[in-house]
Amino acid sequence: MVISPLTRSLLGRLAVRRVDPITDPLERDLVEVLGRGRVEAGIGAQSLYSHDGSVTRGGRAGIVCFPESTAEVAACVSVSVSHGRPFVPRGAGTGLSGGAVPCDEPVMVVTTRMDVIHEVDVERRLAWVGPGVVNLDLSRHLEGTGLHFAPDPSSQQACTIGGNVATNSGGPHCLLYGVTSAHVLAVEVVLPDGEVVILGAEEGRAAGYDLRGAFVGGEGTLGIATRICVRLTEDPPEVATLLLDFDRVAGAADTVSAVIAAGIVPAALEIMDQRVIEAVEPFAHAGYPLDAAAVLIVELDGLPAGVATAIDRIEVIGTAHGARTVRVAADEDERTRIWKGRKSAFGAIAVIKPDYYLNDTVIPRTRLTEVLSRVYEVIEERDLIVMNVFHAGDGNLHPLIVFDAREPGVMERVLEAGEEIVRISVEAGGVLSGEHGIGLEKKRFMSMQFSPADLEAQDRLRRAFDVEGLANPAKVLPSGASCGHVTSLGRAPDGTWV
Amino acid sequence: MAAFRDEVGDAGTVCVRGGGTRWLVGAVPSHAGDVRQISAPLGIESIEPAEMTVVVGSGTTVADLASALSEHGQEVALDGPVGATVGGALMVGRNPLRRGRLGEIADVLLQADCVGADGQAFTAGGPTVKNVTGFDLCRLLVGSLGTLALVGRVILRTRPLPEAGAWMVGEAPTGIVMEALYRPATVLWDGVRSTVRIEGSCADVADEIRCLEALGFTAADEPVLPAGWDRWSGTLPEGGVRALGSGVVHKPGPVGAPEVSVGVRALADRLRDAFDPLRRLNPGRDPYRMTA
Repeated sequence: MVISPLTRSLLGRLAVRRVDPITDPLERDLVEVLGRGRVEAGIGAQSLYSHDGSVTRGGRAGIVCFPESTAEVAACVSVSVSHGRPFVPRGAGTGLSGGAVPCDEPVMVVTTRMDVIHEVDVERRLAWVGPGVVNLDLSRHLEGTGLHFAPDPSSQQACTIGGNVATNSGGPHCLLYGVTSAHVLAVEVVLPDGEVVILGAEEGRAAGYDLRGAFVGGEGTLGIATRICVRLTEDPPEVATLLLDFDRVAGAADTVSAVIAAGIVPAALEIMDQRVIEAVEPFAHAGYPLDAAAVLIVELDGLPAGVATAIDRIEVIGTAHGARTVRVAADEDERTRIWKGRKSAFGAIAVIKPDYYLNDTVIPRTRLTEVLSRVYEVIEERDLIVMNVFHAGDGNLHPLIVFDAREPGVMERVLEAGEEIVRISVEAGGVLSGEHGIGLEKKRFMSMQFSPADLEAQDRLRRAFDVEGLANPAKVLPSGASCGHVTSLGRAPDGTWV
Repeated sequence: MAAFRDEVGDAGTVCVRGGGTRWLVGAVPSHAGDVRQISAPLGIESIEPAEMTVVVGSGTTVADLASALSEHGQEVALDGPVGATVGGALMVGRNPLRRGRLGEIADVLLQADCVGADGQAFTAGGPTVKNVTGFDLCRLLVGSLGTLALVGRVILRTRPLPEAGAWMVGEAPTGIVMEALYRPATVLWDGVRSTVRIEGSCADVADEIRCLEALGFTAADEPVLPAGWDRWSGTLPEGGVRALGSGVVHKPGPVGAPEVSVGVRALADRLRDAFDPLRRLNPGRDPYRMTA
């Protein structure tokens, strides 16, 4: 076939149009590493990756990358750093404190495609997984082995294990089994200078400093986890789920302290107050009494005799503190429904108000009653509505303020109440966060809990990992560049869990 | 803490001596310097069974703490030779023998009141059993041999004492033993015999004893590490004893320094530089010369 010069010229122009030249040198270098298909620089991606599960707003995402291997993550980090551009690691984006919210158009390193379960060693009770493996998918994968992955944040059907490592996630069953850090044996990390190291060891403590322990909960500021060796926990031979209901919230809270003081450590101890019960019962059909001021869910596990004894003792303790009824789930179905109500509590609140602001603080469990009544006062004083559903056994409060953002002036009252709740918690001998982390949302409160010398020591840890200060900057510590605000509380994205 | 801070001061090399029971762990043989020795504060400030926490001066002995806690039906995941102190056990950072039930030493330290190399007091962590506020300095301190900061006062996580417990010894393969038991506190394997610790409610322990007896196990005393033995993490050496699931091996004779990658070593050096650039604190110690 003969091609005329005109056709040739047209075809040439088309070819150029088909593959637009990349003008941004940073983008060009990232594309060289990952290929065009896994680098997104368009407005759509930038907007999508500018938010996480929190109501915190920051800046805008820069180029969004989807690496699939350790080498690709290391290359993304090296490219970002060589251009002097910060990078922000991101999993499923279910975080609740703005840890993955970008400032200053950073390179977003999204690890969701690294979702391979590399190895399961049943005999040694460990597994190596990619950071993009969804928490619940690992436990599903383990069905039939008699083992499971213990950390169970309420977002477990969506959140990734890489994200769990970054935030040191908790969940209801962390009362007995401990938070994520207790279940991470080792982690392969791309450090902020692009170096790849393995922190921790498959068995026992690794020699020297516990760098694994320091890394877990680093909120993406210490590097990016690319392979994680998790501890697998034996399924308990016996599980019992109890539901106690009270006509005073204080009765439920005092029962929690008394159970722990009696030397019983249940697998989970969760409280839900009346507003939560009213919202979830219509669809969970868990049998939560609608006239109760609070219900307490207690889960016991272990060998049968120990579980049976603990059930009897909890019945006595609960009754002594005003429990109206103590119900033991008769079968798996009843157990599932009791937990369904708890785990989907936050999906149900939309029936009350369209917007919510969720807090996460920890207080000494013996002060639960007193602090809860202060929380209710703070809310009442500001004419707001609060719903409490929380990990009572750990003293981990989750007051959830529900509101309609269209109401003039409501935002100021919500923020004021949130800050007051943090203050009350710290004054009661508590801490800013039990499982959601600090991110952008709470860094302005860090000096409530820590002195300048305390914060300086934390900054030393951070600087040793991130010499250039380019790994998820402006997060956690109040020093440094400011970015992000919670004054523009927006509607929480669909599918936010607590 | 103020007196401890003044003793540490802001100049000259200084180390904290506990019971001296593992004084040579992580010692740098070539180090010959005149290091000022001080002691950490003593005494138990408060025991809160309903919080499962204890506030204690790190110079207190592990044995004194255990005895005070036992009066409240509690215990803590620290052990060590007779005379070992709380601070010493934390700084050496070895997991307790009954790790399977007590948990790991890394999870014990909730808050540490420290003095840094610049002589400033600071607090790491927080007082509650659950806490993700800021960077986790407590993890870094456990097993640091006092090279990052000197720890004067700590808040530790406690656990309820088990209602019952038993040591048993037998020759069944460890796979069968692990299959038969739910969360044993300890399984030691010397290549022939398993020495097992089971804990729980009286009835459950009685059931597990019957189950082990059916496998040919008999009652045993708590095993004691023979004099001159050390422990490490790794594979079972000739004549050694392996603690299943913990990665710990007990073996006769001293243990060599573990292998560490260049990247990890560089990160560790940056940490030490960040916390103690002049190497004032415990200068004769290197956590990378120690096995866990």
